[in-house]
Amino acid sequence: MKNPVTTTHETYPDVYHDAYSRTIFGFWVYLMSDFILFGALFATYAVLCASTFGGPSARDLFHLPFTLIQTLLLLVSSFTAGLAGTAAHRKNQHLTLVFFGMTFFLGVLFMGMEIAEFSRLLNTGNNWDNSAFLSAYFTLVSTHGVHVLFGLLWIIILLLPVWREGVSHVSIRRLTCLRMFWQFLNIIWVFIFSFVYLMGVA
Amino acid sequence: MFGRLTTEAFKHDWIEYLAGLSMVLGAIFFIVLITYLGRWKWLWKEWITSVDHKKIGIMYIIFSFVMLAKGLIDAVMMRAQQAIAVGDSMGYLGAEHYQQLFTAHGVTMIFFVGMGVVFGIINLVLPLQIGARDVAFPFLNNLSFWLFASGGMFILVSLVIGFYAGTGWSAYPPLAGIKYNPGVGVDYWLWSVQISGAGTLLSGINFLVTILKMRCPGMTLMKMPIFVWASLATMVLVVFAFPILTATAAMLTTDRLLDTRIFTAEFGGNPMMYINLFWAWGHPEVYILVLPAFGIFSEVVPVFSHKKLFGYTSMVWAIVAIAFLSFIVWLHHFFTMGAGANVNAFFGIMTMIIALPTGIKVFNWLFTMFRGRIQFKTPMYWFLGFIITFTIGGMAGVLMSIPAADFQVHNSLFLIAHFHYVIIGGTVFGFFAGYTYWFPKFAGFKLNEKLGKYAFWCWMLGFLITFTPLYLLGFMGATRRLNHYDVVEWQPLFIVAGIGSLLILCGFGLQILQLIVSIIQRKKTMDVTGDPWNGRTLEWSTSSPPPFYNFAFIPEVNQRDAFWVMKHTKTAKAQHRKYEDIHMPKNTPMGFYIGMFSFFFGFGLIWYMFWLAAIGAIGMIVCIILHLYQKHPDYHVTAEEVAEIEGRKQNV
Repeated sequence: MKNPVTTTHETYPDVYHDAYSRTIFGFWVYLMSDFILFGALFATYAVLCASTFGGPSARDLFHLPFTLIQTLLLLVSSFTAGLAGTAAHRKNQHLTLVFFGMTFFLGVLFMGMEIAEFSRLLNTGNNWDNSAFLSAYFTLVSTHGVHVLFGLLWIIILLLPVWREGVSHVSIRRLTCLRMFWQFLNIIWVFIFSFVYLMGVA
Repeated sequence: MFGRLTTEAFKHDWIEYLAGLSMVLGAIFFIVLITYLGRWKWLWKEWITSVDHKKIGIMYIIFSFVMLAKGLIDAVMMRAQQAIAVGDSMGYLGAEHYQQLFTAHGVTMIFFVGMGVVFGIINLVLPLQIGARDVAFPFLNNLSFWLFASGGMFILVSLVIGFYAGTGWSAYPPLAGIKYNPGVGVDYWLWSVQISGAGTLLSGINFLVTILKMRCPGMTLMKMPIFVWASLATMVLVVFAFPILTATAAMLTTDRLLDTRIFTAEFGGNPMMYINLFWAWGHPEVYILVLPAFGIFSEVVPVFSHKKLFGYTSMVWAIVAIAFLSFIVWLHHFFTMGAGANVNAFFGIMTMIIALPTGIKVFNWLFTMFRGRIQFKTPMYWFLGFIITFTIGGMAGVLMSIPAADFQVHNSLFLIAHFHYVIIGGTVFGFFAGYTYWFPKFAGFKLNEKLGKYAFWCWMLGFLITFTPLYLLGFMGATRRLNHYDVVEWQPLFIVAGIGSLLILCGFGLQILQLIVSIIQRKKTMDVTGDPWNGRTLEWSTSSPPPFYNFAFIPEVNQRDAFWVMKHTKTAKAQHRKYEDIHMPKNTPMGFYIGMFSFFFGFGLIWYMFWLAAIGAIGMIVCIILHLYQKHPDYHVTAEEVAEIEGRKQNV
């Protein structure tokens, strides 16, 4: 069996290449661990979703058309994030900024809709301390929301150097991680949409 | 301004004052010592901001030793209480204080001693064993340590400000909920676990990538030393298990802080969900603690038997099987919950099956010794002690894997005896073996053998005298966490256990003495070859202590026991190749700053000082941004510098 490491021996001095593959792999591992974290939250939601304690259930609370728009926004933002990543790999400063800018904008819209939905629930007296179901719902969905917020902050932080001095080696590496993170948020949201909203209302 | 922090938080009974005072005096002594020696700058530049895996490893181990001292004193105090608190005598500790003691003891030993020594040893040894110059993400490594240390500080601070949780180390709700535990104790528990857990998770990712991406040319997976295999399995467990703890602790936090109803007994909450999630992390955690110890023994036994390890492949598969099975046995921690006969039967059988790969490993080690030329150095003593205690403790575990039998001894001292037999016998003895074995690599001189053996005998006998009576007491019906009991017949056994715990304390004292004596007499035990034990793996091929870049030339290997092969094919001496520039990361204080801010964050939330929590959160984010914007996080060591360092070594 031939070891692939030996064949790439010449590339050892190539620091950037090495750091790139390490970081991307490390980020994959981080994403897997974050999946597990959401797995624990989903499991809790699955156990508690029937524990409405006499209060309203998922069927009474959620409006699918509203959430569908939210879902579409996030899916489109995922598409633009993919385009932005491709642009970054081609070192195209202009398109990187434009596409990540669109992702940011769609992400903000998504968060706006999430906040609107939360305040609708809270204003109609469905606070999280009313039942275990509502607690589990708010915990799961807002954990995703916090992830999106960090994603938005991260877009700003990474785009500043791109805007000022173009796409560097380091930027490509970090933007690739960012793009992976954004797709990850989408996958989680698809699960939330299916398990919490679709199955809740069905 | 100060939330719920009032002068009330500083009122304690005299024993607690004594503990707090000794801690504060210890800190002052340390500060005065550093100031007197004028070593602040050195401490900052060489240690606190260091991204060198060897220095981070040493810091982990020093921190763990401090926490071990604290955990041992907790243990001796509990044993003393139980030795006298029978019938009319209520002992010398109040119930409130006693329950904090057993909680703090468990958290200290598992999170800050067990995890500390695991990551300490892995940090020190693993990059050297795979022929790498550092870990995959050196800054992250430094950050992990400071998050770990920040988590540990909560336990120490709770000695002086407020009090610690009294719920047991597993903090089950609804007892740990805000209704039954409105004070700060459980919050201290939550943040010590949460922040150190975050550090552990980052370390797990870091070492997983290090092992899979940074092995030297030629080292395929099946040529890695077993310690690296054990670490790989451990890191997989960390990456899969610790997010569950993070999520669970976060949900208990929102239950306490924001009135969510997830684990409450009211409003439809489900406390049993907490117990399931906790052990879905907790059982893999047990193997996170013990697998690295298995790895250490797999290095120690072949070296001191002068034979290669028996059954390398079966050892690897045993490790992988244990790692896999450890995720599907968690329910055996609560057979009594009432999940039903079929569920209990499944988890019972899985628990029995996990004994098989463990048994394979025991026989592999024994067959490695068989017909070997065994040298009875201190690490071998620890190994032999381990084999005896671990086998007894493991069999007790198999006994409890039968749900019907478990119902009889659930939460009794039998259980306590069982897991102390496997954790002390496994993790602690394993660490001591590794500590003695690898000490010369990093200090440059050996530890005193004689004192090491005395320490071993104190630990071994003290351990047997302490925990064997607990098996009997468990069968007699004594439950865990008793600060007082009425059955007079139990007292003699409790007194015996108390005497044993003092012997363990003597053993620890002897180890401190051993360290001091070894430093004083270091001239006699200097290791100039870099290979004091006739070792087999790559860490012995570099000098003791290794240069900061570990290897001047990245080694190339083509067989297991790479260094042994090099020695016997006479390729150990590097041919006169030209030195090349070495690319290394720069030191950075950001890990330390983030660790401190995480402490403010947790402390603010514990005491409802939300401004402090905000400062902590913003501080952490700003530090991360500053780190991202750093221009040149690395530098090159020029070939001339390498040549000079290597030349200096050869002249010694």
